[in-house]
Amino acid sequence: MTGVDFSAAPQLAGLLAAILLYGVAAGFAAIFHRRRGALATVYPVCIAAAAMAAVADLAELIADTSTGFRLPLGLPIIGLYVRLDALSAFFGLIVNVGVLTAAIYGVGLDRNRDLTARVEPFFPAFAVAMNLVLLAGDAFGFLFSWELMSLTSWVLVVSRHKDADSRHAGHVYLVMAAIGTASLLFAFGGLAGAAGNYAFDAIRAAPPGPIVSGLVLAGTIFGAGSKAGIAPLHAWLPLAHPAAPSHVSALMSGVMTKVAIYGLIRIVFDLLGTPVWWWALPFLLLGAVTAVLGLLYAVLDGDLKRVLAYSTVENIGIIFVGLGLALAFKASGLAAAAAVAMAATLLHCLNHSWFKSLLFLGAGAVLHATGRRDFGGLGGLIHRMPVTAALWLVGAMSISALPPFNGFVSEWLLFQAVLAGPAFPEPVLRFMSPAVGAMLALAAALAAACFVRAFGIVYLGRPRSSAAAEAHETARPQQVAMALLAGLCLLGGLFGGVTVSAIQPLLQMLAGAPLPAAGTGPTPFSLIAFDAARSIYDAPTIALFLLISGTLTALLVHRISSRRTRLGPAWDCGFPEPSPLTQYSASSFSQPLRRVYGTTLFGASEIIDMPQPGDSRPARLTVRLQDYLWELLYAAPAAAVIGLSERLNTLQFLTIRRYLMLVFSALIVLLLIAAVWF
Amino acid sequence: MNHAYDVSHLLAGLMLVASFALLYQDRIFAVLNIFAAQAILLAMAVGWEAWTQQRPHLFITAALALCLKGIVIPVALHKMIVRLGVHRDVEQVVGVGKTLLLGLALTSLSLMLVLKITAAAESFTREGLALALAIILLGMLMMITRRNAVTQIVGFMSLENGLILAATGARGMPLVVEVSVAFSVLIALFVFAVFVFRIRERFDSVDVEALENVRGDTK
Amino acid sequence: MGETLTLLFGQTIQMFLVLLVAPAITGITRRTRARFMRRQGAPVIQPYRDLSKLVRKESVVAENASWLFRSAPYAILAFTWVAAALVPTFASGLMFNWAADAVALVALLGAARALLALAGMDVGTSFGGIGSSREMMIATLAEPAMLLVVLTMALSAGTTRLPEVAEFLISAPVTVRVSLGLALVALVIVALAENARIPVDNPATHLELTMVHEAMVLEYSGRHLAMIEAAAQLKLVLYISLIVCLFLPFGMAPADAGSGAWLTGIAAYLVKLAFGAVLLGVWEVSIAKMRVFRVGEFLGGAFVFAFLAILLAFLTREVLK
Repeated sequence: MTGVDFSAAPQLAGLLAAILLYGVAAGFAAIFHRRRGALATVYPVCIAAAAMAAVADLAELIADTSTGFRLPLGLPIIGLYVRLDALSAFFGLIVNVGVLTAAIYGVGLDRNRDLTARVEPFFPAFAVAMNLVLLAGDAFGFLFSWELMSLTSWVLVVSRHKDADSRHAGHVYLVMAAIGTASLLFAFGGLAGAAGNYAFDAIRAAPPGPIVSGLVLAGTIFGAGSKAGIAPLHAWLPLAHPAAPSHVSALMSGVMTKVAIYGLIRIVFDLLGTPVWWWALPFLLLGAVTAVLGLLYAVLDGDLKRVLAYSTVENIGIIFVGLGLALAFKASGLAAAAAVAMAATLLHCLNHSWFKSLLFLGAGAVLHATGRRDFGGLGGLIHRMPVTAALWLVGAMSISALPPFNGFVSEWLLFQAVLAGPAFPEPVLRFMSPAVGAMLALAAALAAACFVRAFGIVYLGRPRSSAAAEAHETARPQQVAMALLAGLCLLGGLFGGVTVSAIQPLLQMLAGAPLPAAGTGPTPFSLIAFDAARSIYDAPTIALFLLISGTLTALLVHRISSRRTRLGPAWDCGFPEPSPLTQYSASSFSQPLRRVYGTTLFGASEIIDMPQPGDSRPARLTVRLQDYLWELLYAAPAAAVIGLSERLNTLQFLTIRRYLMLVFSALIVLLLIAAVWF
Repeated sequence: MNHAYDVSHLLAGLMLVASFALLYQDRIFAVLNIFAAQAILLAMAVGWEAWTQQRPHLFITAALALCLKGIVIPVALHKMIVRLGVHRDVEQVVGVGKTLLLGLALTSLSLMLVLKITAAAESFTREGLALALAIILLGMLMMITRRNAVTQIVGFMSLENGLILAATGARGMPLVVEVSVAFSVLIALFVFAVFVFRIRERFDSVDVEALENVRGDTK
Repeated sequence: MGETLTLLFGQTIQMFLVLLVAPAITGITRRTRARFMRRQGAPVIQPYRDLSKLVRKESVVAENASWLFRSAPYAILAFTWVAAALVPTFASGLMFNWAADAVALVALLGAARALLALAGMDVGTSFGGIGSSREMMIATLAEPAMLLVVLTMALSAGTTRLPEVAEFLISAPVTVRVSLGLALVALVIVALAENARIPVDNPATHLELTMVHEAMVLEYSGRHLAMIEAAAQLKLVLYISLIVCLFLPFGMAPADAGSGAWLTGIAAYLVKLAFGAVLLGVWEVSIAKMRVFRVGEFLGGAFVFAFLAILLAFLTREVLK
């Protein structure tokens, strides 16, 4: 163990100090978990630690020093090898900004109602785990912190363990996390090879051969993909993310999925060597299918937080498509296009972490104010919670990829990458690119439909329950947290060009080239994919135009119009109905989409029970949906495992002679294998 | 040269569009009209090939296509439908949307395949073969996604249109083959027609699913 | 500096030209429809009268309407207006044509649509909800087709910037390209759906369960309704301009032509717009409105056409390489 020189790497040292601070908060809360005052101190400390870590990450992203050293911790002899480069710093920024806002939200939690010893100690521990995954410089550290991340988040998921749904969610999550980590273990085994090089630097120096690479790719997609929520491995996500407290849901959906994407990028783009074109196929196929499927689930669901979780699945699909395009372009030698796709992917990771956190925090505010998260009991909250509503609208527009917010910036870049698809030398990729583009466009339009529905049902219209009618605005710190994220969404949307310029070294590292024409536009803020004559999006100019034309319209109309406004009952074509139940409901809103897309994919069917004239029982419309993926890939294997274990159960009731026979035959079988093998 | 390519590309492309229109259309007379249009386009494509490549014997093929498939067969089918009083809506086994998506996938597949395999061949051949394969596959798709015997006939004929297009593009296919193909198609039409009449007489419907019930092995 | 001023001037002309000409285009379409139905029909300037009447009348707002309901019309008009300002109309390469490409243009219209759908849900009536939900469903069918049209453009012209595409098509040798024709058909279908025209929606109906756009704006009145109407008229002009700019760019003044050529450009543009409006009217009287769930097949047709356009363009590129 040599001495560690922290002054040589101030950013890394700062990050480690922040992690230590998180750890102190976790330990403190765990020790004094009976005192609510002690539990409440967790969040301010987390704010400090997250701010510190975010600054360190930003500094590293700009300076790009790429340093690492071995800490005398962890496993004996090997120690813990930590390293920090631009990629880790970029994702570190996502993690720590997410933790920062979630912690600010946490400050506003009701001290007597919301704080429990089952959440507060694990919140900073979760932050520690995510930061450690990003800093890990070898396979041991990576897998250890990955598992720590799974376990701490699992504890947070089951924090309301008296609720059967939470327990079910926790169960599914734990099983999926275990399978995922096993698969990653397998992938790292392949990367390390026979020589057993588990340090990333050593792996990078000697990437595996083609067949092993394929296996490692499969293991990584399975392991990291299941954590990120790619279909068909997404099933745990819409169960687990909503089950946690809302600020933790924000972290899990907005941030933890990005850590999983970091794992994918680290292995596939950094450690696995030169890509081959067919590596892109699973990414493109899974990504495009996930993007559309996730949103179809979301648009048919009736629970606010679950809709958000399904939309996370969709965004992971978009990110996968971006990764696939980047891989394909890189393998085809089209470095500039690879840079465009990679920039789209990275920006989408960043953007999604912001707007998804914002939306989950807003959902938490709604849940706190009304006690409900089902669409059937909400409505009209824009009157009772004006600040939350306005901020949520920003989030909803961002996630629907509408200008001038940030979601559109990454979507635009991704479409530019798709539009470069005809340049692929490989015909399969060339013919796939328009199909993938069409799926992305479908996903974007479905996202708009999904969030118009979510915002419209929750915030607009008339309250559907007394709880919604008596809702109160959320506490000030929570408003601050959401406002911070909404501001980031707007700034990210306006200054996407600047962000892209800031990650140029990262693009050089991952895609093999920076964006060719960044910063050559007519204004310093223009976002240019290839060159200015080919495609350009200048958000500040557009926003300025919007502002000017909006103001002009308002001035003009107010100049010539009467400006008289009369309040009256709703018109509704002359048949206004006072009961709020006559409003369009969430499931009636999704009915056209269900009919168009749901009949095949979900076997959607409507059963109408119309009583005969004279019969006084109410008419009833029942909608039946089937989740084929769940039935085929989860329920069926689970049933098989249970059936098998029932059979094996008889093994517990044998005589001693039979047990001895089992042991003996096992020995013989092993000896036979040894005889044949050697 | 380029001009020649443009026109043949236009005609063959329109034939492909007609194939998709056949898949989309759910009224039986409209199906016949589109089929006739496709045959006329085929005749024009073959005629253009004959003109630009100075292969006069192709004019015979063109004339055959025009007369037989552009006029005789559609008119015959039309009369048959009127006489039999067949149900005028086409019953589809698979929905239109899914059929069209499948059709797009098949078209992509055939273009991809032909472009990949024939990389060395000359451009007219590649073009013709790629589009012809797509039209053939779409004809087959039409045959399996429709239950009405008349539309199955149309599917088969449209498939055969693709074959002739491929033969035209392939150069050096002797006239004898083309003539015999044309006549075999005519014979096929008669066979189909007899078949349709027989089904109609027996089951009072031209839905080929009705035949399932008389199969000995189903029960 | 002088050149910049000229370009700025041109841009301003375009912004106000599209705004001013929009009601007339709707008027021409309505007039054409009326004449084909053997009615006299309202004069072409009737939409101007309607707008000025609406602006001057008082606005009746539902009691439980929120700020979103009141501010949405301004935003919708602003988004549509900016989008319309970005399409090259009488001249290419104006001051701000560069600021967004076709992808961004589609997104701007998407933002206006989302706001309109939200406004439809604000009062909490069943009509508003039905309109919003169907509008969003139609959008999910139209957007993939639209993206494929853009991709076809990018394939042939190598750019997604509309002025460059227009200039490419002006200067390219005249050839028969099936893929462009198919893309045109797809774009026209998308435009019909996006503008709530027959057969997707009927702009002339009220109190009918098949209506989409009119159901969403049912609660609006007075100046708010005027702005929504103006935005709808503007959107129609935008789509006609888009089709004209991509497929009939002849007569458009080139980027460096200066203000002299603009006059002929404006004249050509107005003629083309009027022609498009008449065609639309003829189309609308000659076809029936579809059931709302048949719209999927109609727009699916646009998707198929656009995809075929791309496939054929691939084929041409590959074969002629």
